[in-house]
Amino acid sequence: MFRVFWCILHRDLTLALRRRTDVLTTLFFFIIVVSLFPLGVGTEKETLQTLGPGVVWVAALLASMLALERLFAADYEDGTLEQMLLAAQPLSLVVLAKITAHWLLTGLPLVLIAPLAGMQYHLTGESILVMMGALLVGTPVLSLIGAIGAALTLGVRGGGILLSLLILPLYVPVLVYGSGAVEISRIDFSATGPYFALLASFLLVALTFAPLASSAALKISLE
Amino acid sequence: MIAFLSQGGYAFFVWGAYGMTLILLVAEILFLRYKRRTILARIGRLIRMRHSGVKQ
Amino acid sequence: MALNWFRFAAPSAFYPLAGRAIPIFWWLTVIPLVIGLVWGFFMTPDQLGGTNAQKEYYRIIFIHVPTAWMSMWLYVVMAGWAAVGLVFKTRLSFMMANAIAPTGAVFTFLALWTGAFWGRPSWGTYWDWDPRLTAELILFFLYIGYIALHSAIDDTRRADRAAALLAIVGLVMVPVIFWSVNCPDPNQCAALHQRSDLTRMEGNILFSMLTITFAFWMYSFATTLMRLRSLILERESAAGASWVETTLGKEGAS
Repeated sequence: MFRVFWCILHRDLTLALRRRTDVLTTLFFFIIVVSLFPLGVGTEKETLQTLGPGVVWVAALLASMLALERLFAADYEDGTLEQMLLAAQPLSLVVLAKITAHWLLTGLPLVLIAPLAGMQYHLTGESILVMMGALLVGTPVLSLIGAIGAALTLGVRGGGILLSLLILPLYVPVLVYGSGAVEISRIDFSATGPYFALLASFLLVALTFAPLASSAALKISLE
Repeated sequence: MIAFLSQGGYAFFVWGAYGMTLILLVAEILFLRYKRRTILARIGRLIRMRHSGVKQ
Repeated sequence: MALNWFRFAAPSAFYPLAGRAIPIFWWLTVIPLVIGLVWGFFMTPDQLGGTNAQKEYYRIIFIHVPTAWMSMWLYVVMAGWAAVGLVFKTRLSFMMANAIAPTGAVFTFLALWTGAFWGRPSWGTYWDWDPRLTAELILFFLYIGYIALHSAIDDTRRADRAAALLAIVGLVMVPVIFWSVNCPDPNQCAALHQRSDLTRMEGNILFSMLTITFAFWMYSFATTLMRLRSLILERESAAGASWVETTLGKEGAS
């Protein structure tokens, strides 16, 4: 079981690292969106501090959603996905491995670049820490839920736009508590506990159900 | 009558809400009838085409 | 006498049945609607007391609450039919889910619209990021997503099943979304909408609200069945089913 998981994970990571620009595009998209906001709303320190958590989270949502399109697309086009469907191993395990690879390539870089965004918005050191933590727990949920949408819109015309319409409403809870945690950390660092508990419970629930739902969606899309 | 129409000075809000509801519900019914008619017409054409094809 | 319900799961059997049911549902819509509206406008007080006195504009409640209820209920029914379709693989269930979606979207939009027109005089604003408003808005997006996904996929069978899965995922997410916008701060919850309690409402108001809810419910049945009949015709004739021709011939293509 774990061999399959590692195998797929390793394969996806190797494939992605051969085409590094894909990974870097997502990252730079995030940086550009975050940098554009101060130019639009003004560079006042107070405004930026209030807007910061929300802007960073919305940018993270968009960045991870943009990358979702590629989650199954390449394997779908060259027929690998059908082979995986026919394999003896449970499809949800394969899907989970692919999602993990996807998160390592698009979610984790966002977590690591977050301090830069935090400094642009004059957040304090504590808030930046909370933001990194919240992104670390929250972005996997985004990848997991997004995988369902990516599987449903596989090979559909206008898939990218459609994907955003389907998936963004489902991202609301993560957005609310993710940016909420950063928001509250500016007032009271110790009050962030419940936010992390909720984000972690979202992660656990998503880990249990999202691979199942995505593999069901893949079966529908591929038959 | 005028008192009824003015709704205690809140005519815009009351009739705005009721008006939109009326418009959308009637529009939905009209659209459904229109759609049914176009489908029937298309199927009718198909059937006629098939029958004339058989005769030839 | 054992009635075989699955007999009506065949589109050819359901089509004439729906045709006979539609006029009944229209009467069931119109009569309660007229009663409810007349009662609501003439038998109810002009002003509501309480700490926050509401004047005539509270009459929007007679359509606001029913549309909001229907928008949520129809989503549940839609997801329910979608689930039935996925489990039993019945074509008609998917068509049913498909036929409900536009009516549900219309009611969701109306709930938002009438809410805005009520919010302006009573809260002083058309829109507020109140939990229920936000959740209703997201419900609207879910309906639109369902319709968009279904219409984007050309293969009907795949479209049915993909959209059904989406509807079920949405149904699971709705309580979480509602809860998250209701308690953005887990340490304390606040809401602009007051707690609703049907037993504390004035009898006449409650009566007209419930009659109109019933009317809208029957309206949903009527429009859903109308749309369903169109869908059945469209799909079955595309599939070349011979009953379409005979049935239409019998009805005089009316």
